Amino acid sequence: MAIRTAVNRALTEITALPTAAALVNGNLTLLATETASSSANLTFDSNINSTYDSYLFKYISIHPATNGEQLKIAFRDGSTAYDATKTTTFFRAVHNEAGNDTEVAYRTAQDLAQGTGAAHLTQGIGTDNDQSASGELMLLAPSSTTFVKHFIARTNTYSADDYNYTTFVAGYCNVTAAIDGVQFIMSSGNIDAGVIKMYGVGPKQ
Amino acid sequence: MPIIKGLDKLIKYNDRSIKDLTTTPAAAGGGGTGALVHIKTLTASSSATLDFLNGSSDVVFDDTYPIYKFEFINCHPATDGVNFSFQADTGTNTSYNQTITSTNFSAYHGENGNSGTLSYSTGGDKAQATTFQNLNSTSEIGNNNDQSISGELTIYNPSNTTFVKHFMSNTNWNELYDFTGNTYVAGYFNTTTALTRVQFKMSSGNIDAGKIKLFGILDS
Repeated sequence: MAIRTAVNRALTEITALPTAAALVNGNLTLLATETASSSANLTFDSNINSTYDSYLFKYISIHPATNGEQLKIAFRDGSTAYDATKTTTFFRAVHNEAGNDTEVAYRTAQDLAQGTGAAHLTQGIGTDNDQSASGELMLLAPSSTTFVKHFIARTNTYSADDYNYTTFVAGYCNVTAAIDGVQFIMSSGNIDAGVIKMYGVGPKQ
Repeated sequence: MPIIKGLDKLIKYNDRSIKDLTTTPAAAGGGGTGALVHIKTLTASSSATLDFLNGSSDVVFDDTYPIYKFEFINCHPATDGVNFSFQADTGTNTSYNQTITSTNFSAYHGENGNSGTLSYSTGGDKAQATTFQNLNSTSEIGNNNDQSISGELTIYNPSNTTFVKHFMSNTNWNELYDFTGNTYVAGYFNTTTALTRVQFKMSSGNIDAGKIKLFGILDS
């Protein structure tokens, strides 16, 4: 009895994934964490491959160095440049702190049509000490060499003008080459602070 | 000394147990709040439907988990210009005709830069209808070699016998005429009978290729 109790206690107190369990379970597997510190970009240039069918990026309290700049994302498709061609949609829900302005609307100024530049993920983020943006982006089947690469993101932003913006961005990298890198940048200036985590979703392939 | 010997045995036994684990303990995320537990992956190969049946082929779709999540990865239609859709059923029924009331709206943007819009799809929603629910809008998915639909669908508490069964989905897809479509569908199965099975299919023709993964999400 004493042995059984001790073993049970030990198993419930495990805080790290055993290798064998990670191979067969469907949990999110943390692959990389990038922490900004006045960073020009946060880049994930490894571990994006055919190991998982989908990858999840969680960006947490992204704080710009420059007031009103937007978080953007770009993809690498085989070269060293983060310039994969993208077509995207961008719409948002808006509410200000004053409580007198609301909107749900598509934003033509922030989508892309076969663009090679970085795609907008947010509205302009404020640089007040408590202002930032957080959200997540799912990238599906990045290593496919048959299909375009779909991605879907949802982000909440505390803006420079004291608005709450929830932005919905989705689209595809219109390439059949594998996507093997993802880079987050601000529309101008550095990422002053914040964390981005990349997970593999589900069982390994 | 007996205590030390005992601990030594415990450590060896425990080490071996951890090394040989094939499921993840709760504290490591295998059973904790919000944990995704992979249940089943179905791969299309010119498939008329992809069916997840509780109790069949290792599929669990009952009160084991309060929330179930399907992930669609590059579902490619055999026929050009079709809709990707789903329905559910109860018990061992195979009609897939549960009553649905739902909403369906999408953002669109053309590769040529035209038509950046956000619009509600009155053809893609349901009002107490028993037909299959589109997971794109009524603008249709193309079947060029590189075109597909990907995304996810969450169904809440399907085995509940008190409440209706809510669902929400978000997909991105290649529209027939080279638009990107980002569709949000949400609604409920207006039944208090437990749902036991879910079927996915194209509105016409086969699912030529693609994967659908089913996960359970623990909340306690």
